[in-house]
Amino acid sequence: MVKLESNWLDLRTLDELALQKTPIHQLGAGTKLGTTLAFIMVIASFSRYEVTGLIPCVFYPIVLITLGRLPYQLLLKRLLLVAPVILFIGLFNPLFDRVPVAAVGPLVVTGGWISFLSISVKLILTITAALILIATTGIHAICSTLYRLGVPQPLVVQILFMYRYIHVLLEEVLKTLQAYQLRSCHNSGIGYQAWGSLLGQLLLRTIARAQRIYQAMLCRGYDGHIILETTAARKKPDLLYFAGWLLFFSLCRLVNLPQWLGTFITGGLP
Amino acid sequence: MSHHTLDITDLSYTYPDGTAALSALSLHIGHGESVAIVGANGSGKTTLLSHLNGVLLPTAGTVNIGGFPVTKQTLPQIRRTVGMVFQNPDDQLFMPTVYEDVAFGPVNMGLPSTDVKARVTAALTTVGALELSDRPPYRLSGGQKRAVAIATVLAMEPAILVMDEPTAALDPWARRQLIELLRTFTHTKIIATHDLDMALDLCERTIVLANGSILKDGPTAEVFRNLPLLAQAHLEQPFSLQNCPLCSKSMGNNTL
Repeated sequence: MVKLESNWLDLRTLDELALQKTPIHQLGAGTKLGTTLAFIMVIASFSRYEVTGLIPCVFYPIVLITLGRLPYQLLLKRLLLVAPVILFIGLFNPLFDRVPVAAVGPLVVTGGWISFLSISVKLILTITAALILIATTGIHAICSTLYRLGVPQPLVVQILFMYRYIHVLLEEVLKTLQAYQLRSCHNSGIGYQAWGSLLGQLLLRTIARAQRIYQAMLCRGYDGHIILETTAARKKPDLLYFAGWLLFFSLCRLVNLPQWLGTFITGGLP
Repeated sequence: MSHHTLDITDLSYTYPDGTAALSALSLHIGHGESVAIVGANGSGKTTLLSHLNGVLLPTAGTVNIGGFPVTKQTLPQIRRTVGMVFQNPDDQLFMPTVYEDVAFGPVNMGLPSTDVKARVTAALTTVGALELSDRPPYRLSGGQKRAVAIATVLAMEPAILVMDEPTAALDPWARRQLIELLRTFTHTKIIATHDLDMALDLCERTIVLANGSILKDGPTAEVFRNLPLLAQAHLEQPFSLQNCPLCSKSMGNNTL
């Protein structure tokens, strides 16, 4: 339960980080969203056996984390949460793809292991980029930008409400679990007899709570159309930021920088 | 001004599960009045308040706000006129920051952003919470949350202010601050509460509810002196009208 509580607090930490006023935070939400999407697309476009070419891309999250004053630990913890997913997506590659591609002494490296590594690095990079986007922009600004870019309003409202109600649901979970723990003599887990009623209670309480929040919104003029205020972006720095990263991404994609650097240092440059 | 008045005629409401919460209730509240609605748990206070801005619509009877009946068609107009402060401020605060939360209503009213800003600043200043603008609402203390919840409603400049248990879960200092704040409002105020001392402090008129109908409607001081009535409604006299417990104890000792 303590673990659950700390995760819930983390969820809010991400929102609080988004309230900072670093140079990254002050960029327009559209710019950051565009850059993140470009980054994800570039990463996804690498071939499935590419590993070395991906290495310079690590530069992007590192720069953003540093300039945006984001705690590494928090992002790492989030990555750990999705680590099993990453593992399962690439798990079967080494089993199916047994074509040897390299040999380090007696150790033969198959194509499967290379693609497994490549998928892992890609997923880690893209998920980190998405986390950084939320931690430097905030879900509200992202949604208003999505709406401005022509994403249908019902979809944007769904994302916003889902994000809002995660908190509501978790709060109810914590309260219910606490009430259960305080009155259960054994403190390890929840007896299977109680699961049904606990989940039922949770559902009903969450619905009731969500309804009250919805009523509060109705009372303040909400009519199904959320009016998302957008801040005017400062044109020049935003453009520079976007163009700069786009250039860097293209460079990473078109030139295998580590290989080029290696050849350059070892004097093999033509 | 007529839009500050409220007329309820033969209002009845039965919940979908068959519970009759209000039965043939009628009342009139005039411009600028400050009215307390008191009664035992389950007497129908919250159900009554829910009718004042159309969260619930009557099973029978009518509710008129400023001459307009509360119906689905008039809801947008009604909700501008009646500002509702919920019992639990956590239900009322749903945006990422205090500022955005207070701005939610004015933005939905379609006001230009300069007006929105002016209203948010004015509302937060009134409740003394301007310095909380950039804070996320869930980080605030109970008293601060209550103040911000009131600001969210004030920013819409309602003619009638409806509050459900505004002093619940506040510490004595925060409660006193809130009472002083509410005293400065010239709105028509309708306050459902168990805090009878606050009712005595703020409201010149009190309506006692019991089993979904009006048991007594009269001047607060008069209602709270009527001990049989209070007992019948499962209430007791406000502490400020009771004898000092220390004095009465010592008096008791003297007689012994």
